[in-house]
Order: sequence, then structure tokens, then C-alpha cells
Amino acid sequence: MTKPLEDYTWQEVELGGILREPGSARDYKVGDWKSQHPVWTKSHCIRCGVCWTVCPEAAIIEETGGYFDVNLDYCKGCGICARECVTGCISMVTEEE
Amino acid sequence: MAKRVGIEVSLAVSHAVQLARAEAIAAYPITPQTHIVEHLSSLVANAELEAEFINVESEHSAISACIGTSAAGARTYTATSSQGLALMHEILFIASAMRFPIVMTVANRALSGPLSIWNDHSDIMGARDIGWIQVFVQNGQEAFDHTIMAFKIAEHRRVLLPMIVNLDGFILSHVVEALEFTDQDTVDRFLPPYHPWHQLDPKKPVTMGAFGMPEIFAEFKMKHQVTLMNSYDQIMKVWQEWGQLTGRDYHPVEHYKTEGAKILLLTMGCLSEVAEIAVDELRDAGVPVGLLKLRLWRPFPFAALREAVNGAELLIVCDRALSVGGPGGPVLSEVRSVLYPLSPQPKVLGYIIGLGGRDVPPEDFKEIVAQAQAEAELGPRQEFYMYGVRG
Repeated sequence: MTKPLEDYTWQEVELGGILREPGSARDYKVGDWKSQHPVWTKSHCIRCGVCWTVCPEAAIIEETGGYFDVNLDYCKGCGICARECVTGCISMVTEEE
Repeated sequence: MAKRVGIEVSLAVSHAVQLARAEAIAAYPITPQTHIVEHLSSLVANAELEAEFINVESEHSAISACIGTSAAGARTYTATSSQGLALMHEILFIASAMRFPIVMTVANRALSGPLSIWNDHSDIMGARDIGWIQVFVQNGQEAFDHTIMAFKIAEHRRVLLPMIVNLDGFILSHVVEALEFTDQDTVDRFLPPYHPWHQLDPKKPVTMGAFGMPEIFAEFKMKHQVTLMNSYDQIMKVWQEWGQLTGRDYHPVEHYKTEGAKILLLTMGCLSEVAEIAVDELRDAGVPVGLLKLRLWRPFPFAALREAVNGAELLIVCDRALSVGGPGGPVLSEVRSVLYPLSPQPKVLGYIIGLGGRDVPPEDFKEIVAQAQAEAELGPRQEFYMYGVRG
């Protein structure tokens, strides 16, 4: 998309809703749906990667050193990572304005 | 002039698909559409039609496969009926929204229950708002002609919408009629090979059928709405061209003895030919009655219908489907709403007839005209009338 969605008129939208730009799903920042996001207490993290494995959105990223963090653009705040964390080092924090 | 051949109408439709050089067919056999796809299957198996015939396990898969072959760039055909059309329902919207020019024959049949394999229009009326172009035919010749024309209309660059040709199940599909075939050369000149507007191609990857955010959804619907309404001009052009080639002319609303008619019957599909007999007899008896045959159902021919009823005092709309709990049959409610801005307006009465294969002889139309005249004098007293129901 070359301009924001809300700027397109009905005459301009692509025939049949086709998307000609490969990989453009990246542009949809689905993370703004969430009401909570995960926060790691890195001193308790054993770098097992369970959170990375179970994340349904692949929103968890591996940092240098083997620790983990979250890409907030795509995290929907489901909390599966916190629920499945082996050491309980992830807590879900409420989103604020 | 081609010679006339006696043939079952289903086979004539298959032959039309063969002449149109369909490249992909995905279908599931369902009564009373079965003979159409059985015959197409034989044609493909015998190499008389060079096409991919995809046997599927349900109609949901049939229409899904058609979307796939159409996306791959093939001229695509399918046929269905009743429960099969209902099973296709969610995918029908996707086919039109993705703008794939699939052509489908619907051999109209009642929806269950009680389970019925016989004809009425309840199946297609449930699929009224799917965004496809839709026509109704009244005999084998029309079924043959409109099947070929449908490809040309659907595939036009300014249309690119799927199209349904409705023909009455059994009453028409299984009848042997004498009809005039058009030769392959003529059809080839009329209908050039399909060049898709876009084709699935690994070298040029695209996403088809993506989701639409609330910010953009209504814009797509508007584009669909405007395109479907504007397809009217293209439909007229194709019908005219076919008329010049074959001498067989078609119109969105067809007239039968409407000159000076104060009472008009309005029918769709096979009922029209029966109603013609009743109109002949009533005219002989001095009743000023005429017949309107609604051929084009989507896009709805607003102007043609308004013009057609001009001067009539009573319009009797005959529906072959019941909108249960609603304001009558689907055709009645649309016709009433289309005529609402007219002044003066004819009185519009709705009669529901021929449900689930109930026979409708010409005498019924004569009786309906007599009843409707009496009812129009009195009020009318009901929103609509279920004709011939005992009790």
C-alpha cells in the first residue's frame, strides 16, 4: 500500500481486492488489539525458549545472549508465553495510554 | 440457418459449454442438474472437450475448485441445484468479490423441507444477494443461448463478475425440445479465448482473497455494486450481438401482448410460456391482459420494468418462492419497491404458485387474473396470496 487505507476511494481499490505487493501482511500492526503485554524478569530466565516456541503470532524475538523479548507490533497479549514459562519469569502487564 | 435438433435441454446446455470451450469444470452431481455435468464429464473423458474435469466431494468444494481454476486463468463452468447451491453459499460471495467470471447453471429446485427434488425458485432466491449476474430462461433454446452469452458477459474487462443462468429443474432441464444449435465457427468468432485480468503466477506473486480492514471494506462493496449495475450495458451489447448473429433477440423485461393491457402478469422462467397460453385465451375473451417476463434478475432492470408497467392498472406478480414471514415472494417485494416512486402506480398483487413442483396449468393463470381483479376491487385484503393451497 502506497498510502494509508483510509485515503483510498472506491474507484482506486484494486480489482477483486488483490494485493500485488508480496509480504505486505507485515504492514498490518495487529499488536494494537492487546490489553496486556509480557514483561521478562531476565534474572530468572533460563533461556529455554519455551515462550518463543509457544507464541502463536511469532511475536517473541530472540535477543543476543539467548534472552527473549517481544515485538509489540504483533503481540496480541494472549498470555500463553507467561502461562507456559518454565520459571514463571514472564508477567503480563496491563497496557496504558 | 442451422438445422433444428431434438435434444434434452440438459444436454443442450452441456453442448453450449462445449461450444464455449470451457477449460475447467468442477461439479458435483445433484438432482436435477445431474444430466448436465454427467454429459460434460463424458465429453471431457472422450476428448471431445479439452478441459479439466474436477470430481469433487461436495458443492462447497466444487465452487471452491472453480475459484481456483478461475484464479489460474481458466474459463470455468459449474452447475448445481437446490441443496447444492445452499452448500455453495458462503463461497458464492467470495467468487463475485474476487471478480472471477465463472459461469454456473442453476437447475432451480425447491429447498428442503419437506425434502423435494421438484422445481421452484426457493434455491436461487436464497442466493439473491451474492453479487452475481443472474438471468432466467424459459425454454431450451434460451438455456443454450444464454449459457454461451454468459461467458462473454462475465469475462468482459469492464464486468469480470460470475454469472448464473437459471433454468427450471425437470420442467425444463429434462424436457426434449427442438432447438437450433450454433456452429463452432460462429461461437468462436463471438466468444474469443479468455484472457484473465490476472493469473496466479509464481514469478509474479500476489495475494488473492486477503482480508479487508474496516477502513476499506465499504469501498470494495461500492466498487462491486457499481460494477454489477454497470454490467447492464455490456449485457445489452452481448445480447444484441447474439441477436444479429442468430436472429434471436433477448431483453431484460420481455413483453407478450402488452399493447393496451390494463392487467399485467409478471413471471420468470418456465411459467412464462404457460402464462402466454392463458393470456391468449383471456385476450380472446376480451380481457385486456398482457404478460411481462422478467429475464434479467441481477442487475435488476429498474428502468425497463418501470417503463413496462406504464399504463397498467393492475400488476400480478407470480412468485415461485415464498419469503416465509415476509411481505410475499422475493420477486413481489422487489417489484413493489422498484415501482414505489412511480405516479400513477399500478396496484401490485402477489401470487405464490408452483411451489415444490406443483403443476401450474394455463387455467391457474386465468383463475389468478379473475381472483386478483376481485381482490384489487376490495382492497386488497392480504399482503400476498398463496394460490391453490387447500384449506
